[in-house]
Amino acid sequence: MIIPKKKKNVEAWASVDANPYLQVKNISKSFQNVVTVRDVSFSIYKGEFFSLLGQSGCGKTTLLRMLAGLETPDSGNIILDGVDITNYPPYKRPVNIMFQSYALFPHMTVYQNIAFGLKQDKLKKTEIDNRVKEVVNLVQLNGYYDRYPHQLSGGQKQRVALARSLAKRPKLLLLDEPLTALDKRLREQTQFELVNIQEKVGITFILVTHDQEEAMTMSTRMAVMESGRIRQVGEPHDVYEFPNSRYVAEFIGSINLFEGIVTDHDSDHVIIQSPEVDCLCYATHTGAVPIGSKVTLAIRPEKIMISAVKVEETKNWVEGVINEIAYLGDVSIYYVMTNTGKTIMATIPNLLRLSEHPFQWEDKVYLFWRSENSLVLTS
Amino acid sequence: MIKFSFLINILNRISKNLDKINNGFYVSAIPNIWIVIFFVAPILLIFKISFTEPIVSIPPIGKMCSYIGDYTVNIKINLANYVRILKENCYLTAFTNSVMITTVTTLICLLLGFPIAYGINQTKPHTQSALISLLSLSMWTATLIRVYALINLFSSNGALNSLLSFFGLQPVKFLGNYFAVCLGLVFCYLPYMVLPIYSILAKNDKSCVEAAYDLGCTPLKTIWKITIPLCRGGIITGCILVFSMTIGEFSIPELLGSSDTLMFGRILWTEFFSNLDWAMTCAISIVMMAFIIIPIYIVQKRYGGSFS
Repeated sequence: MIIPKKKKNVEAWASVDANPYLQVKNISKSFQNVVTVRDVSFSIYKGEFFSLLGQSGCGKTTLLRMLAGLETPDSGNIILDGVDITNYPPYKRPVNIMFQSYALFPHMTVYQNIAFGLKQDKLKKTEIDNRVKEVVNLVQLNGYYDRYPHQLSGGQKQRVALARSLAKRPKLLLLDEPLTALDKRLREQTQFELVNIQEKVGITFILVTHDQEEAMTMSTRMAVMESGRIRQVGEPHDVYEFPNSRYVAEFIGSINLFEGIVTDHDSDHVIIQSPEVDCLCYATHTGAVPIGSKVTLAIRPEKIMISAVKVEETKNWVEGVINEIAYLGDVSIYYVMTNTGKTIMATIPNLLRLSEHPFQWEDKVYLFWRSENSLVLTS
Repeated sequence: MIKFSFLINILNRISKNLDKINNGFYVSAIPNIWIVIFFVAPILLIFKISFTEPIVSIPPIGKMCSYIGDYTVNIKINLANYVRILKENCYLTAFTNSVMITTVTTLICLLLGFPIAYGINQTKPHTQSALISLLSLSMWTATLIRVYALINLFSSNGALNSLLSFFGLQPVKFLGNYFAVCLGLVFCYLPYMVLPIYSILAKNDKSCVEAAYDLGCTPLKTIWKITIPLCRGGIITGCILVFSMTIGEFSIPELLGSSDTLMFGRILWTEFFSNLDWAMTCAISIVMMAFIIIPIYIVQKRYGGSFS
């Protein structure tokens, strides 16, 4: 999520009386008795950049293809802008898709590729020219009109594909892993460009990706999918900070998980005892958890602090020995073995150069964290 | 031991020298020699014979080069065969017949073959392989037998005419005309059109077709705008195969046609076996080859080359 720009109507999903632009209702699809999408429902609001995030085979691409009309759902409805398009063939839907392979027509030039969809709408020649020019400007591909796809680089092909799908001004633009074929630098640069383009044209985007960084950078909201189901929908920081299940917590970023039992309720905290960590753990309430129930305590590695001196606290700290240090350049991940045998990850930004680091292998350290930063997961 | 080291030394030297030269040359040496001996040489021979004159001897061709003494070699190039081809009506008719029948056959094969290939490609993968093997199965049966089956169906007292007379209709003469020859040729050579088109269709990325649908193109229009242009290579290969194989076809026009449908093959047969005119046979062959090579060359030049 790109934080600085606050868009109008950006939090439509938060307001109760906003009308969803796209409604997916109880969609299911199976191929040869294998269920790929199970009873999926979600709503998207106008102008959103929505991501479907999941591992390969989780059904996200099938879901996207059903939105495009390239697959028909076994059951359920798709309602776009008040019209039930479930049974519309792809060529009658106001929806365009940008394929992972780009699917540019190899026998047509860049201009012909982009104009193809407009010609199908029987627009006038001058109108087509103007529209092509407009999107070509948008994706910064001027001067490439007469090139054929095989004469373009990967990044340029990606731009043509984007321009082609934008040219028809669809109500919904679907992007099927659009950046996977690009190298890392270009991918990061294109992420921001995509967001800027989306803001300019105001079309609702749905992005399918397996890359969580991509989803978190670009989307206004994202849905985490697992084996055909949606596990959680929310704004990227919500999903990251407040995952609703172990699956989502482990899928997005890395996390320390401790199995434990709720022993007490404080006024605003739950108290958990875990055999894996030798301390009392306080965590902010996130829902009703009765005393005695089995829960998982989750703490992100960057929320854990390291100290060489003993922490004067009664809760939320353990002592251990640094087992491994993973130096990633910008941050280092410390793997600390506690005396209960559990390894805890702590990520610390490298403010100092590696040789000046205060903590080295085999050092005895104390780990501590704030109650607000630990999370209780019940599933 | 000394001998061995000497041998190894030589072998090392040879292999080093071999490495310097392009290794592909040695790998392809045997097929290259094969092609020179069994393809290039015979064609050159035919080309040479076409410029000799027929005489009564064994073999029935005149000498092209003869030593006439005085350190002089007399080279005699006889153009009479080619002039005859241009002048005599029967050759011209055979040529026009051949080209016409072959062109029509190729077009019909294309019109039938593309939908068949497309249809096969639309079925499930295991059905596809079954259908393709069925198609090639038809090529395993001898052409003669299949043509006789056609004769049985279409002859004046064949199955079709019996059916017509059963309904009280006049019998129709199906055989001995252009229709019959084209029918037979299409019947036998259709697989050669379907297979190359199918192989390209099966190889092509389906996402282009989906992209066309997505951009508002109806399925029928997509076939015309996307599928056909993308399997151009297969269509060209199929057309070249059918054209070049049917133009020299002998047995099918012989069995299904008549003197009205005289083709190259028949003329060659008569010249070679009845008239024993080897020179003329060779001249006709060379002209026939030109008839095949020139269109293929033009087609390749204009439409050849792939996108990927």
